[in-house]
Amino acid sequence: MTDPLIPRDRAVHPVSCDPGYKTSVARSPKWPLLSLGSTVTEETGPVFGHGVIGPLDNNLILNFSRGAAPAMGERIRMHGRVLDENARPVPHTLIEIWQANAGGRYRHVKDSYFAPLDPNFGGCGRTLTDAEGRYEFLTIRPGAYPWPNRGNDWRPMHIHVSVFGSGFGQRLITQMYFEGDPLIARCPIVATIKDRAQIDRLVAPLDMAGARPMDYLAYKFDIVLRGRRQTMFENRPEGT
Amino acid sequence: MVQELKTLQETPSQTAGPYVHIGCIPSFAGIDGVYPEDLGKRAIEDGAKGQVITITGSVHDGTGWALRDAMLESWQADAAGIYPGQDGADPKVTGFCRFAADMDTGEYTLRTVKPGRAGGQAPHIALWIAARGINIGLQTRIYFDDEDNSGDPVLSRIEQAPRRETLIAKTTGDGAYRFDIRLQGDGETVFLDM
Ligand SMILES: [Fe+3]
Repeated sequence: MTDPLIPRDRAVHPVSCDPGYKTSVARSPKWPLLSLGSTVTEETGPVFGHGVIGPLDNNLILNFSRGAAPAMGERIRMHGRVLDENARPVPHTLIEIWQANAGGRYRHVKDSYFAPLDPNFGGCGRTLTDAEGRYEFLTIRPGAYPWPNRGNDWRPMHIHVSVFGSGFGQRLITQMYFEGDPLIARCPIVATIKDRAQIDRLVAPLDMAGARPMDYLAYKFDIVLRGRRQTMFENRPEGT
Repeated sequence: MVQELKTLQETPSQTAGPYVHIGCIPSFAGIDGVYPEDLGKRAIEDGAKGQVITITGSVHDGTGWALRDAMLESWQADAAGIYPGQDGADPKVTGFCRFAADMDTGEYTLRTVKPGRAGGQAPHIALWIAARGINIGLQTRIYFDDEDNSGDPVLSRIEQAPRRETLIAKTTGDGAYRFDIRLQGDGETVFLDM
């Protein structure tokens, strides 16, 4: 598939330099981006098959201990669909997630927060969407955690999400937040998105219909990737 | 009123944060055994056609400091200019690689084959950079100083000719190149919106 990608609407995304998120100040380009139509380079992308996905890859409660012992915390199911801007499902695309444990601690050499590591929690998972773009993970609700920015900044509970799509130009990393978390409104990273309605699209609602009684709660998180232009009139220069 | 448009808006990006390695390259973060190996560990398998090359560099912030926490991804055509998944593509070229800035030195290394010309473009490798403080992943490209880059549709659209140099890897040896990325300031890399 090499149909052209719809140009990105940068207004729906965070600003790149935001003094409220101090690290962004020195890490944001000052020159404008060079905007061009997509080429075969952006329209194609890596394809990952079921061969790379293990049976526990989307189960963060069990995948670190290889099924031996469950992770500590509130059991939740994160699920949703991946669609494109034309509202069409994105099938068989790779979603990767990572998160802190129930105490707000990451299993990473650079994380030295007081909260203890959970011996049965690694914090990574991955899955492929099905033919209708659906995906699901079983995990624990991550804890909020403090981070060095302003004097007393805390990240709301969140799960980091990476999605591929069918072209390298659709590549997206984002974060899922949880309905009702009072830290969302106080988070400088959330606030890099200037459109309130766009922030809401990162907040997953509690989904009792997707929960399993006596087992786990569910949160629904739909993801929209860049779409491809659909037109009968294609005047593309030879070879691109 | 007008007819309703049934289009959606793209999900907003958020920074990958300092722990992006956990999700994308867990072995690099010290998490072994969840996956057999990190995804995108190599761009080529043994027997890939073409010249094997090594590109080394680092990602610098506006103060000149090399980021220790950046994660990069590359995507490229094979030596004949065919992208993986297209007819006739070299099965030994995955075209996709993930690599990180070293946590101590900030240096990254990408080992791959030199891509061929694809779609009227000079040989190039697409790069995507994610890190703490980068709110939306940055797209750029690596071109090569020993290739004919004239007429490339991307390079030629860079209005300020000296800035084109920021996308061109410099030969440092036989099959070895240097490509430094400057997020901001003197010699700021050209980033793309494509
Ligand atoms: Fe985080």
